[in-house]
Amino acid sequence: MTSTETRTAGRLGDSPLRPDGTLKVTGEFAYSSDLWHDDMVWGVTLRSPHPHARIRSIDVTEALRVPGVSAVLTAADVPGENAVGLEHLDTPALADGVVRYQGEPVALVAADHPETARRAAKRIVVDYEVLPAVTDPRRALDADAPLVHASREDNLVRAMKIRRGDPAPTAPVVVALDFEVGMQDQAFLGPESGLAVPDGEGGVDLFVATQWLHVDQGQVCRVLGLPPEQVRLTLAGVGGAFGGREDLSMHVHACLLALHTGKPVKMSYARDESFFGHVHRHPAWLRYEFGASEEGELIYAKADILFDGGAYASSTGAVVGNGGTLGLGPYRIPSVHVDARGVYTNNPPCGAMRGFGCVQAAFAHEALMDELADRVGVDRVEIRARNGMVEGDLNITGQVIDSAAPVAELIRTVRDLPLPPEPEGERDIRELPGGASNTTHGEGVVRGIGYAVTYKNVGFSEGFDDYSTARVRLEAVAGEPVATVHTAAAEVGQGLITIEQQICRTELGVDQVVVHPKDTSVGSGGSTSASRQTYVTGGAVKAACEAVRTSVLRRAAALLQRSDLRLDGDKIVAESGEVVAGLVEVLDEPVEETVEWRHRPTFPIDPETGQGNAHVQYAFSAHRAVVDVDTELGLVKVVALDTAQDVGRALNPDAVVGQIQGGSAQGMGLALMEEIVVQDGHVKNPSFTDYLIPTILDMPPMQVKVLEYADPHAPYGVRGVGEPPTISSGPAVAAAVRAATGKALRRVPIRPEHITF
Amino acid sequence: MRIELTVNGTRREADDVWEGESLLYALRERLGLPGSKNACEQGECGSCTVYLDGTPVCACLVAAGQAQGREVTTVEGLAGEELDPVQQAFVEKGAVQCGFCTPGFLMSTKDLLERNPEPTDPEIREALAGNLCRCTGYEKILDAVRAAAVAKR
Repeated sequence: MTSTETRTAGRLGDSPLRPDGTLKVTGEFAYSSDLWHDDMVWGVTLRSPHPHARIRSIDVTEALRVPGVSAVLTAADVPGENAVGLEHLDTPALADGVVRYQGEPVALVAADHPETARRAAKRIVVDYEVLPAVTDPRRALDADAPLVHASREDNLVRAMKIRRGDPAPTAPVVVALDFEVGMQDQAFLGPESGLAVPDGEGGVDLFVATQWLHVDQGQVCRVLGLPPEQVRLTLAGVGGAFGGREDLSMHVHACLLALHTGKPVKMSYARDESFFGHVHRHPAWLRYEFGASEEGELIYAKADILFDGGAYASSTGAVVGNGGTLGLGPYRIPSVHVDARGVYTNNPPCGAMRGFGCVQAAFAHEALMDELADRVGVDRVEIRARNGMVEGDLNITGQVIDSAAPVAELIRTVRDLPLPPEPEGERDIRELPGGASNTTHGEGVVRGIGYAVTYKNVGFSEGFDDYSTARVRLEAVAGEPVATVHTAAAEVGQGLITIEQQICRTELGVDQVVVHPKDTSVGSGGSTSASRQTYVTGGAVKAACEAVRTSVLRRAAALLQRSDLRLDGDKIVAESGEVVAGLVEVLDEPVEETVEWRHRPTFPIDPETGQGNAHVQYAFSAHRAVVDVDTELGLVKVVALDTAQDVGRALNPDAVVGQIQGGSAQGMGLALMEEIVVQDGHVKNPSFTDYLIPTILDMPPMQVKVLEYADPHAPYGVRGVGEPPTISSGPAVAAAVRAATGKALRRVPIRPEHITF
Repeated sequence: MRIELTVNGTRREADDVWEGESLLYALRERLGLPGSKNACEQGECGSCTVYLDGTPVCACLVAAGQAQGREVTTVEGLAGEELDPVQQAFVEKGAVQCGFCTPGFLMSTKDLLERNPEPTDPEIREALAGNLCRCTGYEKILDAVRAAAVAKR
């Protein structure tokens, strides 16, 4: 929980320290899995072992007999509507009659010790009738494919078409490829967890790690059959998110158990359960074709993109929207033909992860851009500069790019950054592929360099009412002006609370800014996703500060009987520059304002042509990767991963660089090591032993070049920062491995056997 | 069973400990010390790193009973009146984002600097390879370790 007070100076453009930093290094910061309550019991979840099965019966008798067990619940115990979901209410809180993926929650147990609860859960007897499963998304739309949801006509979640320009274009140079992207996991370190506390009057308080308190609240209310006043959410400390906390996990379950037992209920997933407890990045199958002039100028592009949505829709529709509208990359393309689809299968549900639909597409369009460059004999950097969007261009949905689009500058900037020294002489084995495993001293090792560029929408798109709410209070405390900023926008580690303080200091001239705990007692802050919080909640905090300032000056005008006043730091100043009062002198009563703030509207795209102003803002980035590959063993060492990104305006430069570095690591992970392996609907590697994320040994040094072309339409000129680095880093790494090995490598993550065979 | 151990210099005991409980569970749920983190509970992420008689271990891999009569130091025991230089460096260098990995990194870093006060970058990377971070890409963690090494001299 994040109630914090600080006197640290730090206006916009500074990099003040995080207000929660000290708590986090002393172990005192209360993450959702740290919560504790007198008399609390532990909740655990029994999950389906089958990808698709009918539940004939559930017998909880033996589980209830275990000493220490206080409740065993199934779908029959759900008091409200047993349906949640971000876009479609297609997900039961507890499986009712059928399970559609391995790991689907079937029953809950509460007991006085987590091990007691786990043992009791094993005594629940579920009689399953295994059903045929759809596990290959490429077959999901076949006429004879089993239906994942019997109530639907087919397994389609969403199909999007984009048609622009010449419907039958031709070009002198044509290149094409098929690409495949594996299923990535967000792998946030703080497990799904929280504490539900019954209020004794039929309601419940839930302390939980999430990305959007209010959308959680609505879903929990529906299942509990309670109004929002009786289901209050407070943000507990969040141990990373990256999209994996947009959907509910243990929220409803803990509340059900708490209301049933009348006791506080703690739930905390172990890592293996976490792999089943949240959605993943969609695996994708992509078929791309570029037609170009002899000089490499794009004439047309075609793309067919298939996303495996898994058993429940989650945000698959919006991922399809992004894959479709943004999936050809930041290029000027006269004629376009795109089909993007997301389908239901009996695989693990997929939804939001950093980069959201653009990550998969970028691997394909960047691999094909290299192919085109080589075919026409143009340098790989220059072909991107030549085709890259510039401000004023139309994107493939016909939307004018109405602020900076520095594609050429970004890609040339990364090209011009210093390269790591060429290897010579005896090398430290820790810097070689295989590292301390001592698999090579340099023999068989080849170096390669790869480039990639991308763009990403910022904020929610396609007509979504995307807003945030901020409440700012200004008062005198012990003779000093103190601002309190209250939003429900989730701090997940990215540093929004620091930005909120910086905005208040800048707008109100105060040093002390208290960040109120994030909860549902203030209006929605919208989701901490889509790189949107500094833009949208930042915009709301700015607007609330302006409203406070107006009220303060109105009060000062009445008090001082003059109208030429302005706020300058903590002084009230007349037009002449004369200080007429201190701020605290007019704060005998606190001033408080609450503002709901919206960015420019976006619009749905035309269902037939895919044309329309779907997005509010675009953010651009480029990467250059340098790799050493042991071609005999197929091991890769990333030697350098350098990047340039336009951030509009860096409100907190250190935090911006931190986002770019961390995002780059996740993209690199997908290129080389990260994949949830699913066979016949079963997850094979739900652990950090078998699902690998980059370690400090895997990550190379990074040079980060930040460009600041202010977006005139955005508060302070900011541009979303978090996602672009995750999109362009992976394709650059894959390109570098291709350059080193000469292999086509049309699938990520690239495995050793892809290189050696 | 009952266990007795010294945690951060204080004699502590816990009753009714189930034999299968880890030291991590005992610290977090029985002794009110949740600073050591439960990111994987299978010895892969390093977020639960504590010192057992001065040696860094993953508290999730140590049975609570194995700590009987021994000395344990957790992240809560690092700071005195002021933050330890390692803690200070992590805050100042932006090495903390979500912070869930931070306690483990602090314990591993402090151990490294005690063994090797002037580590090279490859030595830092090798020493911290057992600690996973998902937010930072490790660059600012390296900055913090370098700064802490300087500050401790």
